[in-house]
Formats: sequence, C-alpha cells, structure tokens
Amino acid sequence: MEFLNTHLLSLILFVPTIAALIMLFLPGGETKLLRWFAFVASLIPFVLTLAAWNNFDPNVPGFQFEEKYVWYEAINSSFHLGVDGISLSMVLLTTLLTPLAILASFSITDRVKPYMMLFLFLETGMLGVFMALDLLIFFVFWEVGLVPMYFLINQWGSANKDYASLKFMIYTMGGSLGLLLAVQMLGVLFGTYDLLALYERWNSLTADTVLLGMSVSTVKTIAFWAFTIAFAVKVPLWPFHTWLPDAHTEAPTAGSMILAGVLLKLGAYGFIRLVLPLYPVEAKIFAGALAFLAVAAIVFGAFGSFGQTDFKRLVAYSSVNHMGFVVLGIAAAGLAAGTTDAHIAMNGAVLQMFNHGLSAAGMFFLVGVIYERTHTRNLEDFGGLFPLVPVYGGILIFTSMASLGLPGLNGFVSEFMVVRGAYPVLTTYTAISMLGLLFTGAYILKGIMKVLHGPMNEHWAHGEHKLTEIDTREIFVMVPLMALILVIGIWPAWILEVINKTVVSLF
Amino acid sequence: MTTELLIWLIPLPPVLAFFLIVLFTNRNKALSHSLAVGAAFLSFLGAMIVFARALGADHLGEVPFESSFNWLPTGETWLKIGVLIDPLGAAVLFFVAITIFMIFLYSVGYHNFGQPEGDHDHPGLPPHGATVHGHTVPSVEPMYSRFFAFLGLFAFGMYVLVVSDNLLTLFVGWEIMGLCSYLLIGFWYGKPSARDAAVKAFMTTRIGDVFMLIGIAFLYSVTGTLTFREIFTETTLHTLASVPTGILGLSAAGLIAVLLFIGTIGKSAQWPLHVWLPDAMEGPTPVSAMIHAATMVSAGVYAVLRMFPLLTAGYEGHGLTPEMTFVAFIGTFTAIFAATIAVAQNDIKRVLAYSTISQLGFMIAALGIGAYVAAAFHLITHAFFKALLFLGSGSVIHGMEHGVLHTGNHSVDPQNMFNMGGLRKKMPVTFWTFLIGGFALSGFPLVTAGFWSKDEILADAWGHGHLAVFITLALAAFLTAFYTMRQITLTFLGEPRTEEAKHAQETPWTMTLPLVVLAFFAVTYGWVGIPEHFPLIGGLVPNWFHDFVGHTLAEVPEAPEFSWIPLLTSLVVALGGLTAGYYAYRSVNSPAEDKLQIPVLKNKWYFDELYQFLFVKPAVWFSDVFVSKWMDKGFIDGILHAFGPATHGIGSFIRRWIDLLIINQTVGDGSYKVTWWFGKNLRPIQTGRIQQYLILSLIVLFVVGGLLYFFLLA
Repeated sequence: MEFLNTHLLSLILFVPTIAALIMLFLPGGETKLLRWFAFVASLIPFVLTLAAWNNFDPNVPGFQFEEKYVWYEAINSSFHLGVDGISLSMVLLTTLLTPLAILASFSITDRVKPYMMLFLFLETGMLGVFMALDLLIFFVFWEVGLVPMYFLINQWGSANKDYASLKFMIYTMGGSLGLLLAVQMLGVLFGTYDLLALYERWNSLTADTVLLGMSVSTVKTIAFWAFTIAFAVKVPLWPFHTWLPDAHTEAPTAGSMILAGVLLKLGAYGFIRLVLPLYPVEAKIFAGALAFLAVAAIVFGAFGSFGQTDFKRLVAYSSVNHMGFVVLGIAAAGLAAGTTDAHIAMNGAVLQMFNHGLSAAGMFFLVGVIYERTHTRNLEDFGGLFPLVPVYGGILIFTSMASLGLPGLNGFVSEFMVVRGAYPVLTTYTAISMLGLLFTGAYILKGIMKVLHGPMNEHWAHGEHKLTEIDTREIFVMVPLMALILVIGIWPAWILEVINKTVVSLF
Repeated sequence: MTTELLIWLIPLPPVLAFFLIVLFTNRNKALSHSLAVGAAFLSFLGAMIVFARALGADHLGEVPFESSFNWLPTGETWLKIGVLIDPLGAAVLFFVAITIFMIFLYSVGYHNFGQPEGDHDHPGLPPHGATVHGHTVPSVEPMYSRFFAFLGLFAFGMYVLVVSDNLLTLFVGWEIMGLCSYLLIGFWYGKPSARDAAVKAFMTTRIGDVFMLIGIAFLYSVTGTLTFREIFTETTLHTLASVPTGILGLSAAGLIAVLLFIGTIGKSAQWPLHVWLPDAMEGPTPVSAMIHAATMVSAGVYAVLRMFPLLTAGYEGHGLTPEMTFVAFIGTFTAIFAATIAVAQNDIKRVLAYSTISQLGFMIAALGIGAYVAAAFHLITHAFFKALLFLGSGSVIHGMEHGVLHTGNHSVDPQNMFNMGGLRKKMPVTFWTFLIGGFALSGFPLVTAGFWSKDEILADAWGHGHLAVFITLALAAFLTAFYTMRQITLTFLGEPRTEEAKHAQETPWTMTLPLVVLAFFAVTYGWVGIPEHFPLIGGLVPNWFHDFVGHTLAEVPEAPEFSWIPLLTSLVVALGGLTAGYYAYRSVNSPAEDKLQIPVLKNKWYFDELYQFLFVKPAVWFSDVFVSKWMDKGFIDGILHAFGPATHGIGSFIRRWIDLLIINQTVGDGSYKVTWWFGKNLRPIQTGRIQQYLILSLIVLFVVGGLLYFFLLA
C-alpha cells in the first residue's frame, strides 16, 4: 500500500509497458486472450488514476505525487514526475480513452498482438509527457509516442496509409527539431533540465545578461518560437494542420480516437506547461500572432470540414476547428496573465482539451462503426440510414451535438469560457472566431444530414449490404464518453475545480 | 414545498420523460405518451401553483421568488445560476404551461394513437394509412414514441428559459429548443424538404445565436455577472449606458443590447433572418404550434423583455436611443413585410407562419418604442390564439387527410386551402374555435384578446408620437385581418371544392379539447388588460395585467393616455380587413381567380433566392474550392510536397558535385591516381641492380653535397 502511494505516477506510467512486455510471451494466435489482456491491463492505470484523482488536493499549490530518480547524471537530468490539476485531468483523459480505444479495437483481426502492444506503448508515451517535470524526459516521451502511432497508421491503416504515416512522422519530427535545440540550450545554460528549477532561473535572468553572444530577449524570442512551432504542429494550428486530416483519416479507428483524443492535447499541453511559464513576456508580445493562427485554425478548420466529402476527413477537420479554441484561450491567458480574464480563458482551454478528447474520440469511433460495416467513408454513399440504424443514429446525433457545442453538453461550457476570457483582451479575434462557430454548425449538420437523413437508403437496407445496428460492445465504448459529455455539460464544477485552482496559482 | 424548490422542479418532468422514453419505453407507444403527457401535466401543475403563489405575493417585482447556487468556478469567483419568478416570469409561465400541456395532449390524437400500423409506413415519413376491412384508415405514426421524447426535451428547454435568473441558462434553454426544433422540423427526415428545412432553421437561428453569445461574453466581461437582477441595478445600467464603445456610436449597454437582440432576430424569425420559419412548416403540426406559438419564437421576444432595462438604459422617455430605433425598425418592417407575403400564400399553415412573423414584429416594434407591457400582453394573447390557430389548422389537415384516404387520390394536397371549402359543417368544433382564433388574430373588437393587446401597442405608438411605427403597424393590422378572413373563407365557408373536402371528418377529442381550452383563453385573456380609461367598459374590470407585469421593472411604466385615434384605427382596420377579406374571397374557387397571387409576394420577395446567391453558394464554394482544394491541398500541401523534391535536389546536388566529383573523383580516385602515377613513374628506378643503386646513391650524394656546400658554406 505504501509502495502504491509513493510510486503512484510511475505505476500509472509503466503498467502499460509492463503489460505490453508480458504480452510478448502470450501465444499470438489467442486473439481473444490478447484482446482481453490488453483491455484489462489498460484498466489498471485508469483505476490508479481515479485513486490519484481522489487523493489529489486541489488546494495545495504546485505538483503532487512527485517522484524523482537519478536518470542521466552526467548532464543533470533526473527522472522527475509530478502532476497538478491541469496534467492530472489530462492523465485522466488518457487513461480513460486508452481502454475504450482498445475495446474499440476488438474488431481488429490482423496481427492482434503487436497491435495491442503498440497501443500500450503509446499510452506510456503519452502519459510520460503529461507527468514529466524534467525537460529532457518530456522530450523523450514526446518523441516516444510517435513511434507506436507511426506503426499503427502504417501497418493497420487504410488505403493511403504510407503517405499519411510518413507525413505524420516527418512533420512532427521536423517540428520538434527546434524544440530539441531549445531544450539543449536551456540544459547547457543552466546545467539542469529540471522544470521547476528552470521556471525560476530562466525567468530571473536580468535583461542585460548576455547569452551565447545575444541579448536575453533575442534568445528568448528564438527559443519561444522554437517551442511554439513544435507545439503548433502538434495541436495543430493553421497553417501546420494538413498532416492531421491525412493521419486521422488513414489511421485505424482506435488510432484516430487516440490521435484526436490525446495526441493533439500534447501540443496544447506543451503550450500550457512550457511556453507560458517559461516565456511569459514573449507570450504577451506574441499573443496576437498566436491568436491569429488559432482563429485561422477555427475558421479554416470549420470551412475545411464543411468542404469534405469523406466522413472521416470531415470529423478530422473538426479537430482543427476545436483545438483552435484551446489555443485562443491560451493566447488570451498569456496576454492577460494574472487577471480573471486569463483564468477563465485558461480554464476554458484546459476544459476544452478534455471535452474535445471525449467528443472527438466518440465521433471517430462512430465513423469507424459505420466504416467497418460499409467499407466506405464517402458521404455520398450514405444518406437515409436513420431508419436502418436508429440506435446508432441517436448516438451519432448526441455526439455530434457535443461536438457542435450545444449548451447542456460539455463543449459549450469550455467554448463559452474561452470566448468569455478572450473577448475583453482579443476582441476582434474572438469576434472573427464566431464565424468558425457558425460553420461548426454547418459541418456537423452536413454530417448528420448526409449520413442519417433523407429517403431510406435501399442499397444498405437489404441483402448482403444490409447495415447492422451498432452492437453491445460498441455501445459500451460510447456509454462512458456520452455520460461524461452530459455530466460535464450539466455539472462542470467537479473537474473545473481541480483545474481552476491550478490555473489560478499558475497564471 | 417552498416556492423556490417548486420552481427548480418545474422543468424536470419533461426532461425525465425524454430520457425514460429514449432509453427504456420507446417501443411502447402508450407508455411513452403517458410519460410525456404526465410529465407535461406535472409541470403544468407546478407552474399553476407557482403562478397562484406569485399572484398572492406582495411586491413580487421587488422581492421575486429566486434562488441560485455556484455553478462554474471562474478564477477566484464563481458564476452563479439560479431560478427567478418575477411578475413577467409568472405571466409567461402561465401561458407556456397551458399551451405546452395542450399541445402534448393534442399530439396523441394528431399522430393517430390507437390506429393500426400502416401498410407501407416506415420511420422518417408521415404515415400513409392502413387498410382495415378493405377501407383505408389513418395509421399511427411509426416514430410515435420518439415524437413525445422530443416534445419533452423541447418543453424542458422552454421551462428552463422561463425560470432562469441569468442569461447563461436562458441561453441553454434557448439552444436546447433550437436543437429540438431542428429535430422536430426534420422529424420526417425521409422527406428531402423536411431535412433541408431542419438544417435551414438551425443554421439561420445559429447566425443570431453566435452574435448573442458574443453579447453574453461582452456583458459578462464588463459586469462580472450574468444574473439579471445583478445587472439591472441602477449603477450598473448607468455605467453601461455611459461607456462608449466606438462602434456606431453605441454605448456598451446599446451594443450588448443589439448583439443580444440579433439572437432574437434569429429566434423570433424577424427580417432579415425570417426565412427559416415558413419552411419549418415541414414539421408535424403540433411542432408548428410549439415552435410558432407557445415556445420558441416567444422565447426571442421574452429575451428582449428580460433585457428591456438594458435596451432602454439611457432612454429618457423621449427620443429613442439608437438601439431602440434599430429594434423598432426591425419589428415594424417585419410586421408589414411578412403580412404582405401572407396574403398570397395558399398553404393553410404557411399563412399562419407568415402571420406569426408579422405578429412577432408587432411585439418587437412595441419593445423598440418602449411599450414594455403592451409587448408582453401581445406576446401572451398571441401565444394563445396562434397556438389555437395552428392546432386548428392541424385539425383541418387531419380532417382533409381523412378525405384523401377515403378517395385514395393522393395528388390532392390536404394543406392547400383551395382544395377545401365548406368545412364548417364537417368540422364544427374546429370551425368555431378557428373562427375565434382568427378573429382574435384580426383584433375583432371588444370580445377577443387580440384586440386588446394589439390596440395597446397602437395606442402606445400613437401616444409616444411614433407616427411612422403607428401607421405601418395599422396597415399591417389591416392586412392581418384581411388574410385571416381570406383563410377562414377559403377553408370553412362556401361549399366544398373537392371530393376530399366533402369527406373530411371532425377529429378526436384529444385534438378538439385543446382547441376549446385555447379558444377560451383567446377570448378571455384580453379582459385582464382592459385600459382603465377605455370608453364605457374601462375600469369595470381592473387592468390587472398592466399593474402586475409592469411591476417587473424598477420603474413601473405609465399606461398610455386614452386617445380616440388609435382606437378608431384599430376598429377600422380590424373590421375593414375582415369585411374586405370575406367579400374578396367568398366566391373565389381557384388560385387563378385570386387577384393577389402576385409573383413577388408568392415568392416571398425572393429572399430565399437572394440568400442562396449571396451566402450559401459562396460559402460552399469557399469551403469546397478555396479552403479544401486551393489552400490546403494546393498551397500548404504543395509547399510540404515541395520539401521532398527540394531535399532530393539538395541530396542529388551534394552527391553529384561534392560526393562524386570532389570526394570520389578528386579526393578518392585522385589520390589513387596520384599514387599510381608516382608508382608507375618511379618503377624504372627500382630495378634491383646493385650497380644502378650505387650510381644513384652517388648522384644523390653529390647533388645533396653540392647543394649543402652551395647554400651553407658559400
């Protein structure tokens, strides 16, 4: 019990890896065993996270459940983990979505063992980013997560998987180059990679210090953009977003769920954990630029989504649209740091990350459900499916409405907070973002209309093409998502209180 | 139970019914409708108790029923949400509860409960009838349970909106209704027209909603609260009214009011966002009644009523502020504009749809000129008689459908008034109640509620000297009476024009009972607001409405002084319009004989086409072509894809000119060649013969010796 308490985060972090390694020794042909093993194993971190959530005290400022081990002594990098309200909610999102993604993958029959193992490795990679309190560790996990995802897309993806996986990998790695350099620079300058130490020392530099032959502000500006571009690719912000529709569309269903649900959050989390605390001055100076990119993502993401004929691409573009609100909130929080506006905007941004994780994962899963049955994603092939699959239709409308930001469901709360927080400080950008919000409605309704509505679809109604209703396992994937969507929409305080306290102490 | 707790509970039964039906009882029609109607009844009961207690409360305006709690943590503070019943809330709750309950009850009959399943019916299309013993009879709606679930959610949205003490939950209710209207307009989603109408309704109202959201964010930013009674304090309002925004010369209060009002333009279908409402007729009739009378469009007017102190902040009682002028213009223009279209419509429900837009224009205009009580009064009377008219038209259509099933000629449109005629004998209850509703809409003097409320608006416009508004609204009122009488004449009077109309049948009690109840209020509700100084009967019954609702505002508005001119105008336009309508249409038998089928009116002033051209097509082009094809696939991916060839080019360059040429050929191959050349050329001296070596050694010795001597010693 004592061990559990003192090593809670490492347990959450490494249980998936250990499980994956154990899977190595399980018989490859026993697909049922492999599936259930992976599913149950992924439930353990979830249960542990619930315990962490329960024991987490929002009123204590700073990080909790900290663990620190010697790791790379020569360059003073330690294995330092810890969570605050923001990262804990992201950990919760990750450990919640992974079992659901694995459950969603029960229909995979091709090479189940490596598939499930990759998923478990992926979970460790993502969790590591959220827990890391050491820059080098952060970077290591940041890159580690790419590898399993690359193989998931490359091996289990659909038609255009080679192009998509390569684009995803190269683009993200290319974006991280500057991040790596900037991380190294910080390490060299201060002789440590520990985030808590860096926060303090980096910000206490006086303006007349000369670093690497340049003034502090120049160095910081360069490093700020190096960080920002890495995270902007991941979020993704306009115009770095075009890898996303390809990767999301070609990835297997569960891969898309995790990509949209968690991987995009890594970028936004990077902004919150690294960019704003390390570069408060630059974040203020360049808030306008960041907001511009965010609003471009919101508006063009919505239009882009509306312009798609592929159901999955439509949903993929919606992520660009929604994540834009996260960054708009972050930009506003950077600009207005220390005010209520900043707190509200940041609360909204973090909650929007969580909310988008739920609704996007749900949407991708629902696209997958119908793709698995029809082997097409072309919206023109659908239409009039509602009478054939009423339960599926109801679930699709519900999840779509969450994505649309319908009041009473979760998306509205976070979008409203972002808009409210950003409005006083970034008035014009916020006003323009409303255009995106309007077209969010347009593409969501287009999706529903093209799939469900219209005269009954005779092609899918009879014979070998007969569309079957969503089954129990699939409903079980959706139930936790839908329940949370509704609960957060009605009573957001349970999660926001945890986030809010951290936000107030940080920004 | 405390009143506050009761208010909290009012919205809950319908939403519980929604969840229960969706999750559990959707296969059982009787259980589903029992749940829904039962829930509507519970809410109705709760609302009536609250209303009764509100009537009995002293100074309800100053000390309303309210209760709130912390909902959303926002930094160091909380956003509170809660419930509020003040006089306005109570009055609105009263009509909302009654109409909603009646609509629920009506739906049971409308969707043919108790009839057999249809022969070829399937979900997504209206029922086509079933064959029983060789006769075709109406069949039950295939998605019967779903309909009641949606109605429940709709009712929930409206109740939330009415009992809200803050703008945020008001917006929540507002949007939930928006969703339900989308779902219900598109209820028969198998019909492409219904499907498109649903999307149109959602998108058009959403345009208003995003403006409203910005308005809410703005208001919240500057005041730090969204609770009505915290915003409407004198100091806050004064501050808001005196802060300039630099946008069109509006104060902060003005800009917020305009932004919020744009939400109302969408929701209450005011010009220029009116286009969705007539298409919304694609929904089943109870839905039309729900959307057009009891709830959704009323919500828009209700929101302006709620925001009235903000709208009129800085208004001194003369000389309208810019934001009030804007509101008044939109309302007045909509009133006359929609009325002209209504004159040329042949679909019985579409006439009512345009009439609704026009009547909402009356209320908005009244609010724009500061006639708070008159607007609220007309909102309520209109809700009663318009719900009555919609349900009545549904009853007529239902009766006509019976005729269609009887003759089997499905090419006859049961909604086209030119296919009707003479229905007064076939459907007496429907006829008499429809007549009452129609007369109330026309403002038939003294007995109908519509007369009193419309007269009050006109009196206010006249009394405060808004002559343009007065004249325009009077004209609109004339047109209203005219098209209403046209409708009644074509539908009920004369002789049946088709075989189907001959076989029309009165509808079951679940449909006619609501008609009777609503007809009762369409008459009597006017009597609670008779102006004190009205000739002869004024003062006989106290003007309860003005006293009660007026106290919602901090400063109770003065009733306009009595004047003969607006009264006479009211009488002339109402009676004149009715008479003209009757004489013009009593012997018209086909659209060809109708002189008012003017293309521009028939085509609704071409607004649909205009919007299609101005907004829809460009938006689709922008998405499909500009963003997707040009920007993302062409430009951005083009740059990305250029990275491949570019890197490849750099690599080839390095290989060709550096690796191959310099390193391989020059350095690598070169060093080999140089060595080889030396080896080859030095080979002759490596002969292996001692004599030669000796000679070479001697030569070297002499040369080196000579050089040393020459350089060192010389």
